[in-house]
Formats: sequence, structure tokens, C-alpha cells
Amino acid sequence: MNILFYILQKEFKQVFRNKPMIAIIFVVPIIQFLILPLAADFEIKNINIALIDNDKSTTSRLLINKITASGYFRISSIENSFKQALKKIELDKADLILEFPANFEKSLYRESNQKVLISINSINGIKANLGGFYLINIINEFNNEIQLDLKPTSQNFGGIDIRTLDWFNPNLNYKIFLIPGLLAILVTMVGGFLTALNIVREKELGTIEQINVTPIKKWQFILSKLIPFWILANLVFTNGLILGYLIYDIVPKGNLLILYCFIDIYLLAVLGLGLLISTISETQQQAMFVMFFFMIIFILLGGLFTPIDSMPTWAQYFAHLNPVKYVIEAIRLVMLKGSGFEDIIPQTTAVFLFAIIINFLAIINYRKTI
Amino acid sequence: MKEAIKVENVSMKYEKSKVIALDNISFKINENDIFGLIGPDGAGKTTLFRILTTLILPTQGSVEIYGFKTTKDYKQIRQFIGYVPERFSLYQDLTVYENLNFFASVYKTTIKENYAVIKDIFIHLEPFKNRKAGKLSGGMKQKLALCCALINKPKILFLDEPTTGVDPVSRIEFWETIKKLKENGITIIVSTPYMDEAKLCDRIALMFNSKILNISTPDDIISNFESNIFKIKSDNNSYLKKILNDFDKLFTAYYFGDSVHLAISKELAINEEQIISMINEKNIKIFEFSLIAPTIEDCFIKYLTNG
Repeated sequence: MNILFYILQKEFKQVFRNKPMIAIIFVVPIIQFLILPLAADFEIKNINIALIDNDKSTTSRLLINKITASGYFRISSIENSFKQALKKIELDKADLILEFPANFEKSLYRESNQKVLISINSINGIKANLGGFYLINIINEFNNEIQLDLKPTSQNFGGIDIRTLDWFNPNLNYKIFLIPGLLAILVTMVGGFLTALNIVREKELGTIEQINVTPIKKWQFILSKLIPFWILANLVFTNGLILGYLIYDIVPKGNLLILYCFIDIYLLAVLGLGLLISTISETQQQAMFVMFFFMIIFILLGGLFTPIDSMPTWAQYFAHLNPVKYVIEAIRLVMLKGSGFEDIIPQTTAVFLFAIIINFLAIINYRKTI
Repeated sequence: MKEAIKVENVSMKYEKSKVIALDNISFKINENDIFGLIGPDGAGKTTLFRILTTLILPTQGSVEIYGFKTTKDYKQIRQFIGYVPERFSLYQDLTVYENLNFFASVYKTTIKENYAVIKDIFIHLEPFKNRKAGKLSGGMKQKLALCCALINKPKILFLDEPTTGVDPVSRIEFWETIKKLKENGITIIVSTPYMDEAKLCDRIALMFNSKILNISTPDDIISNFESNIFKIKSDNNSYLKKILNDFDKLFTAYYFGDSVHLAISKELAINEEQIISMINEKNIKIFEFSLIAPTIEDCFIKYLTNG
């Protein structure tokens, strides 16, 4: 025990002496928090419409006004034919074509039935999807408004009134969705990357040889490597929570203790991954690349930017093997929804299993190699 | 004399590369000797060191250090050995003092307690006490490494190629330090590719190609040498070397500095005049021709060509 204390002392000295590294650890989150949520925003604005109004009636104008008033759309050009409008799409000057047929108003009121044509450029899938969705919503709303004009004779039938309330993130603010995920990534980076690099550094510089001829036991050496980064990751997580509050006013709804407990269990898995990678790498460069490979997959398949539910089935199954998925889920649940411990039991169990399996592999591998 | 290390039938084969680094080696090292492992790069010196210092286990054979087996008693062994690897392996981002203090505490001791052992070396380092180890000069780095390896007052000190890449003056200094350590009762095992350092050891093992060719005192190796060595200087050394080697199977000629050494088995009945006239026939001008005492390097080369 005594020896462990001395090695830890040495580790902390080294970690905190590495000034650029410490700066990066604490500055990177600030930059990530400031830039990513603002840049990676899926709210679509300024969708350009090429308009073909063959009717030029009051009704068509009313609808057009309603569309432009929504703030999402901009009439970029008014065309006379579909062919011309299509040209605009081909030149990327317009994102969608809205065409009113001739006699739009007339037949709408006479036959209570009319069609408009919407053609969407789907090269940018998200923009096309959301744009179409917004537009259909607006037209539906318009449809409801004119019902009274259309069928003044018919009785006002009740029907079901649908109103959507968005819970936990009432304004569908993408930033609130992103911040908990970013916290998870930060913790994973510090815990995984730095641990792996630190151990491999000892190998690369040969210092591990000098350590191995001393009475230092392997478990003491491993613990001395894991504990500093476990603490550092907790600090970074705290730093992230504070930044989330200061910049985006996000206050965790759930219990902070539960949040920290979960993170600390998750860190066991991440530190184990760092250890595992350090056993299979000889140089820091190798460790860096292997870790990078894992991180990219973990982040992309972890539901940070895109929800896992919208992935193909095989990818969803694959995501079950991704520890980052569980931690992003759990942090979102506790931070945004205020979930208690019993609500994140599945995630906690999964992460705990990961911790056991990864550490088991790491220790087996460590025994073989060093 | 008490033996410090006993190596029996040790072989080492690296699994991944299938390289045989040590091939059935057996020898003993006496207590309080300076034992030199002499051999070119790739002879297996470092592998042998790593086995002796309990860093790796041999594929075959056993090693006993003061009666402790490296396979199961490595914990006890690590308490009383000191190891200076070939490459500087201390923490470059810690200061001289911090490094020394760290290794002292790892052995549950203090610098104060064992100051007597390192004193002679540490006084040179004292002015740089608070300098980071990475910022030291090569010679100072080596002194620090030596201090860190001695801080636990080891019975055996392993030095893997300590003089490789060190300037001649520092090399002489270094060997004086080693002699002093021997006086303190420490057994020293040192490896070196420099043959001229062999005579500074009490006993030496000549290593080549994963095998030990000969183990003896440097004087014995030379006096048991069964060839006469002629030093020849000429105007065309490369041609000279070729004709001498072609002349007789028992002739071994090789470059030695600016001259050619010719080793001839003592049994061969041939005199100097015969050799000189043979060389003259080939139109080679001789500047110098003399019978000299063999050096360790001559012995080493002889072993290589015979084996």
C-alpha cells in the first residue's frame, strides 16, 4: 500500500507537470461546448422555394404568405413552368418546388378538393425531410383554417384535436440534446486516451523496464496508472457540467450523486479499454490510432448526433455493444428527464458488464505481454 | 569463492519472431567479481541481461541468483539487484532528486540511509539536483541511472552496455567507478561490445551468435591462445589479406586498424622468412612485420573463424 502511495505521487507530479496536456483537457471542453452545439444544429432554416403560381388567386397568396411567415422558408424565385423551376433546383438555387395548379381557388371552393405539387431536392436528406415535414404541417394547418369557408353548411364536427407537447426539451432545442452526449465523450476521451497513452509512454521510453526490476507489483503499477485518470475524468466531467450550466443554462434535473456514480462505474470500463489498448500497442502512435478507431465508431454509433432508433436494424444491434451508447442514454435520462437510479438500471448493468469484460481481457493480455 | 549467479542450460526463443536469442547457455558468476559479457551487437547479451534481471523468463533452463530462482523467487531477487539498461530509462520529466527519491521509496528506503553507496557518484550530480532528468548531458544521465540502480544497496549490479556511445575519457572514469563499487562488495555484471574493456574485468564470457564461446579470466584467454599473431603493414592491405587467407587453411588474416593481423596455429611449421618471401613474390611492399602478443580481440576473431 505504501509503495502505491509513492507511485501515485510520482504519477500526479508527471500529469500536472505536463502543462499543455492539462490545458487541453480543460480548454477542449469549452471549445467543444461553444462550437459544436451551435454548428451541429439540425434545425433547418432558410429553405429556398421555387414557386410556380398558375392560379394567382387570393387563396394561393394566403397560403404563400403563411408559408413565408413561418420563418423556415424563403421564396427564392418565381417561375412560370416546372421546367424552369427544376433548373433552379439543378443549380442548387432552390431546395423545393411548390406548384399551384391553374384554377386552384376555383376548384377548391367548388369541389372542396384541390392538389398542390411539392417537389423536394433530396440530395441533403435531412434538409429535404424536415423541409417537406414543415411544409406539409403548414398546409395542413391552412387546410383546417379554410374548412369553415369550404363547408359553411356542414355542422362543426368535433373530432380529435391533436396538440403536441414536447417534454424534457420543450423547445426541441438541439443543444440540450447534444450537451449530455458531449459530456459522455469528454469522459471517454480523458479516461481512455490518456490512460492508454500514459502506459504506452512508459513502454516507449523504456521506463517500464526500470520499474519492472524493482519490487513494484503489477497491480500497484496498474492502479497507479488508472487512479489519476479516474480522478481527472471526474474533474473534467464536473468542469463540463459547470460549462453546460454557464453557457446553456442546463441544470441536471436528476440526482447528481446518481450521475457521478454512473460515470464512475462507466469510467472503470473506459480505463480498462485504455489498459487493454496499451497492452497491444508498442508506441504512443499505435495506441493513438487504435483508440481513434474505437472512438470514431463509438461516437458515430453512440447516438450523439443521430438517434440510434433511426439507424438500420443491424446498426441498432451493433450499438448494443457500444458502451458509449449506454452512457449517453443514461446521462440524458438523468440530466434532462430527472430519472432516478431504478430508471437507469439497464444502462448501469450494461456498463458494469463492459467494465468486467474489458478489464478481464486487459489483465489477461497484460500478464502475457509485460 | 561463493557463486552469485548460476545459469544452467538457458535457451531463449522469441515466440513472435522465431529468433533464437540464447542457445543452451550455462555458466557461473562468482561473488564480488566484475564479470564482462563481451560480444558484438546481436550476440544475445541484452536478452541474457533481461533474463538475469527477471524481466523475462527463458524458454528453457534455470537461473539462480544467490540461490533464488528467477522463475518463482523473483520478488526476493528484485530486492537486491540493480539494473542500468542500455537506453536511459528514467523519468525525463522528473528532476534528478525526484527520480532518485522515487526509486529509494520504491525500495522502502531513503537517499539518506544509503547515501554512502552513491556518494562518490552523486557528488557530480549534486549541482544539477533540481534539473529535469531529460535535460541532463549524456554522462550525467548515466551517473543518475547508476545512482538510481544503487539506491537499494544491491548485491548485484547489472550494466547493459554502459560505455556504448560514451567518450573515451568518460569511459575510463566509468571503469574507475565500477572498480570502486567492487571494493564495496558489489558483484558487477557488465556487457560491452568493446574488446579493449575486457581486460578490465575479472572474468569474461565471449558471446557470439546466441552462444558463449569461452569463459575465463582475460589473462587465461590470452595465454591459452594457440596461435602466433603477426602484425603486417603493407601498401596493399586488401590484397595482402586475400593472398594470406588463400595461402593455407591454417592462416587467418584480418584487418586490425591500419594493419593486417595474421594468426597462424603454433603447430604449423613455418617461419617468418617464408611468409615474407611469399608476400614479396606477389609484389606487395611490406612496411612492418612483427610478432606480437595477442589481444582479446584476436582471440575472439580466432574463435569465430574456428567455430
